[in-house]
Amino acid sequence: MLVKSLVSVFLAAILTENYVLCKSLGICPFLGVSKKLNTAVGMSAAVTFVMVLATAVTFPIYQYLLVPNDLAYLQTIVFILIIAGLVQLVEIVLKKYIPALYQSLGVYLPLITTNCAILGVTMLVLQKVQTTSAFTYTYGHALINALGAGIGFLVAMVMFAGVRSRLESADVPKSLQGLPITLISASLVALSFLGFSGFVDKLIPLA
Amino acid sequence: MAEKKSYLQEFTKGIIKENPVLCLMLGTCPTLAVTTSASNAIGMGVAATAVLVCSNAVISLLRKVIPDKIRIPAYITIIAGFVTIVQMIVKAFAPAINDSLGIFLPLIVVNCIILGRAEMYASKNPVLPSILDGLGMGVGFTAALLCMGIIRELFGSGTVFGLQVLPVQILIFILPPGGFFVYGVLIALANKLNTKAGKKVVDSPCQGCPMSKTCKSFECAKTDSEISDKEVAENAG
Repeated sequence: MLVKSLVSVFLAAILTENYVLCKSLGICPFLGVSKKLNTAVGMSAAVTFVMVLATAVTFPIYQYLLVPNDLAYLQTIVFILIIAGLVQLVEIVLKKYIPALYQSLGVYLPLITTNCAILGVTMLVLQKVQTTSAFTYTYGHALINALGAGIGFLVAMVMFAGVRSRLESADVPKSLQGLPITLISASLVALSFLGFSGFVDKLIPLA
Repeated sequence: MAEKKSYLQEFTKGIIKENPVLCLMLGTCPTLAVTTSASNAIGMGVAATAVLVCSNAVISLLRKVIPDKIRIPAYITIIAGFVTIVQMIVKAFAPAINDSLGIFLPLIVVNCIILGRAEMYASKNPVLPSILDGLGMGVGFTAALLCMGIIRELFGSGTVFGLQVLPVQILIFILPPGGFFVYGVLIALANKLNTKAGKKVVDSPCQGCPMSKTCKSFECAKTDSEISDKEVAENAG
């Protein structure tokens, strides 16, 4: 049951509740950094890493520090400061100890503090704790959810980078050139993800 | 007289000339997510405007006190404080709006319009112009959201502000793909008008992004991949 629910959470975060295409979170990097495949992958890897790390820290702080002390209303301010601090810390640690990784991921880190997908993942997972009735939502589920959200971001970015590389050779009407056609193709990619709705529930029935 | 005119300009530039959503491509996430109905769009716009005006005022007051090196965390803390206040007010007085905006109400804290105005305007200008700038940008944001909200609600649910207008409903318009599509069409329209007026159009969301100075990852800023690779190497070294 636990494994089943973990797999269900993971798949749902990638396919049916994709943060970019179904929840409209993290649109800026999705549109801005998806022109080339390697930058898209680098950005997604950095986002996934910070998402899991941020959830790992914010989830216990909220559950065991803020809620028992009636400080849940400080959630927004505490979470954004934790994320900003974590991103700085990761940047410093990578720069000092793993310069190779810093070279490939470090450039994306400053952007991540203000990426709403990160704050969104850490906050939405807490709403799920309160609303999910099919199974108890634990720390493990929260981490898997963050990992799935990151991988979902990667899937969306890689798919979209592919679409955009094809778009470059397309003959686009003048007023649609640039961002408008990018948004319209994003609309089609999002449309394809609608096909997944209900997929995970059917595949892994929990209730 | 001249002084008055420039104050007016600070206010109006955000509404049309530098509309944050349609011309600068800022705040895309809430624009796509909460515009499923016109009333949601107004709720989001008003909440963001309130935060923007307050944070611009405070950041402008503190602009000589905040050290340059830690300015971004300082701005984020100030903004987060105001977002929490707005969140509490909305929860208390407009619980329906709170429910329909959901996660996007606290996410105002990472809305790039607010951080962008703090970084580009409020940190360099006196209080009164900063407040007017925030108000103008907020109204521009609300207007753009309302425009999208009306279009999406009209086609998606056949209503405007809850009143039945169209007999048909094209559900796709209130789903995420419809958001991308309507936004794309609106930007195309704005681009067309801008080109006609002889202005340059923004072709990537990065150009207006407040983090673009610190972020080296944009291929939009440097089209030549060699330059960005060089910068990456420099940054690492």
